[in-house]
Amino acid sequence: MFDGYTSTELMSIFAMQGFAGLSLFSVFVLMALGLAIIFGQMGVINMAHGEFMILGAYTTYLTSGFFQSYLPGLFGGYFFIAMVLAFLICAALGALVEWLMIRHLYHRPLDTLLATWGLSLIMQQAYRSIFGAREVGVDLPEWMMGAIQVTDMVDLPINGLFVMIIALSVAVGVYLLMYRSGYGKKVRAVVQNRPMAEGVGINSAGIDRATFALGCGIAGIAGAAFTMIGSTGPSSGQAYIVDTFLVVVFGGAQSLIGTIVSAFGISQAQSTMEFFLSGSMAKVLTLLVVIGILMIRPEGLMALKVRR
Amino acid sequence: MLSIKHHLVAYGQSTIIQDLNLDVKKNEIVAVVGRNGMGKTTLMKSLVGMTPTKGGEVSLDGTDLTRLKSFQRVRAGLGFVPQGRMIFPTLTVRENIETGLAAVGEKKVPEDLYEMFPVLKEMQNRRGGNLSGGQQQQLAIARALATRPKVLLLDEPTEGIQPNIIKEIAQTLRRIRDERGLSILVSEQVLSFVMDAADRILVIEKGAIVHEENRAEADQEKIASYLAV
Ligand SMILES: Nc1ncnc2c1ncn2[C@@H]1O[C@H](COP(=O)(O)OP(=O)(O)O)[C@@H](O)[C@H]1O
Ligand SMILES: [Mg+2]
Repeated sequence: MFDGYTSTELMSIFAMQGFAGLSLFSVFVLMALGLAIIFGQMGVINMAHGEFMILGAYTTYLTSGFFQSYLPGLFGGYFFIAMVLAFLICAALGALVEWLMIRHLYHRPLDTLLATWGLSLIMQQAYRSIFGAREVGVDLPEWMMGAIQVTDMVDLPINGLFVMIIALSVAVGVYLLMYRSGYGKKVRAVVQNRPMAEGVGINSAGIDRATFALGCGIAGIAGAAFTMIGSTGPSSGQAYIVDTFLVVVFGGAQSLIGTIVSAFGISQAQSTMEFFLSGSMAKVLTLLVVIGILMIRPEGLMALKVRR
Repeated sequence: MLSIKHHLVAYGQSTIIQDLNLDVKKNEIVAVVGRNGMGKTTLMKSLVGMTPTKGGEVSLDGTDLTRLKSFQRVRAGLGFVPQGRMIFPTLTVRENIETGLAAVGEKKVPEDLYEMFPVLKEMQNRRGGNLSGGQQQQLAIARALATRPKVLLLDEPTEGIQPNIIKEIAQTLRRIRDERGLSILVSEQVLSFVMDAADRILVIEKGAIVHEENRAEADQEKIASYLAV
């Protein structure tokens, strides 16, 4: 597939597509983090995770509209406010969903799949009723537009870079939360042995709710980032949920670094190959490689090695 | 201190513990001995709320525990060291102890715990899963003590422990009782350990207390006959 390109051209193409893939990488990282946190803690696969992301995207859209109408002078900073709002709104809805629905279904994994899938349909319909079926987009503030020119042929888009910094900061934040905070210690205890965690005085139901809310909140931030790479419609989340599963399984559900590496690998592979092949061909190739590696390492790329 | 009345535990249709009555006084060490499958673990787990109780009443220092969840019972003053120790394997030794501290809202491991178990201080940054059996047993006790219990429950603490360390554990239990003024309920199969550690010995068979003696006047042969297979 590389016929007819000189090697310098190839290098530039790889670099360009790589940088173009940065935003996709960021969305993957954020989505996968949220999904993996929830799955790791309570074994629940949240089929509505994509819809939580879209809720974050709509929140960002509304915030940008609000700033445009009422605070045009501060428009440059709307994205930060939008991110915080997206996190808070999605986390609050997540906590509510956990309390209403998920906590009654913990011992029935198949039922949680169905229930969260049903939730995703309800949320899509709600978006359709509230925001209409047409996709909406946000305007970027001026400082996020444009690109840094690295060489004659290679441009580095500023918004992609910015979103990546946010994604990596959130990842670092999650790491610190999980491995340096009291909450994280309780999460890890519950993951390893729920009855024993209760037996040392940890309220595991409370930890569940907090974790579900955190995962959904991070999906909200992913939604804010998503507005940078695509327009938002009621069912835009659907396209991302499968890729996110892929990232989580490939990276190893327990491993933060694994998730990041796998998000990077998959987003880069797709972005680069899309230049040479059709989008679906790129997906097929990515999937084949992932399956191949999972056959060799069924626990994912970077499973933690300890005696259990 | 701990009062158990008409205790009833069943797994589905099969009743394991029926109408069990037991009192542990303040500052007392009570041992429940019995062969495998006699219901020791079922009793311990039901007391701490890991296994649901079908009937009866459990109260601790006047607080009714009957309707409380596991973590609430622990916060009410019940410390639990399970059979098989159940250390959190990937948490470090220090983190394992800290999980217990959360119940009483403390952050830092108190020095007196490390004084009691110096080896845990040495190994505080190792993963719990990489400790030896005896060290894990100490860690499980330290973790339970971190919750500042009024009554400490231990389920077969000598299981899988080398004989020379078993004596140490008995001493540790007496020391904990003397220094902290708490009560201890321990289940066991090893008679020598029970003779070292307990003030009062109860024999459990098929979920019922069938024999009771104070350690001082205990008839070892009789108790041994209950333990013989
Ligand atoms: N989860 C369970 N479900 C059904 N029966 C159980 C369960 N756990 C234990 N039992 C039964 O309860 C009885 C008492 O077991 P257990 O409390 O573990 O005894 P011990 O700790 O004295 O060895 C045994 O007959 C055992 O088979
Ligand atoms: Mg047992």
